[in-house]
Amino acid sequence: MKQYLIIETRDPIECRDVDAMASLAADLARSGASASVLLTDNGVFAARIGAATDALDVLSSAGVGVFADNFSLSERGIESASLAPGVRPATVDLVIDRLLEGASVMWR
Amino acid sequence: MSQQATLAFLLMDAPFESARTTTALRIIDAAVRRGINVKVFAYEGAVFLPFASQIAHANAVHGRTVEEEDHPLPREWVAGLIEESARRGAAFEWVNCGLCVDERGAGQAIEGVRRGSPADFWKFAESSDNTLVVPTA
Repeated sequence: MKQYLIIETRDPIECRDVDAMASLAADLARSGASASVLLTDNGVFAARIGAATDALDVLSSAGVGVFADNFSLSERGIESASLAPGVRPATVDLVIDRLLEGASVMWR
Repeated sequence: MSQQATLAFLLMDAPFESARTTTALRIIDAAVRRGINVKVFAYEGAVFLPFASQIAHANAVHGRTVEEEDHPLPREWVAGLIEESARRGAAFEWVNCGLCVDERGAGQAIEGVRRGSPADFWKFAESSDNTLVVPTA
């Protein structure tokens, strides 16, 4: 099965293209691929409970795994308890794991 | 690992401007700490990441000395990646795009960095198990 990891670095409020990223990941999953998203940098703002973005709903409805970079969360004072359901904290080792597995990793 | 994996990375952002660079270097650091061979091609502003003339500075606004400010320098991060790779017996290559260097006057790079061309990135991608491109925002 083709595997994709999308690294999203952008704040969903500042950059509406994050919605396009979510649509792309969801379409990949619906096409039969394994797709997941790692939120890093200001991208982790989408991971908060109540964040004003539909991106997480779009991703979860398609079965896309969503991870949030621990370091970026910590830098921004976002605690695990503040994460929306389904978002899993992760380290950047996730990127290395996926690259070694042969996944296509896309940086946004 | 019996047969060391190799990963290639393309960086484009200049230092001191974007968190993307810090995150990309953290990812490269994670690969280095696992003993993975790493090949980095620095394009455009990223050729300044290993620029040897970067100097730490004090922070007069906050009344901190150079030592107290402990200003991070990307050239030291790159040097650290090179040293850690050597310590683990893994290969580490950093190639700066020569045209990008000339355009910017960024010829003074730290030891371990060599000059090349975009063809080197193609060779890196061809000879690696996988490649990650970190584009500008």
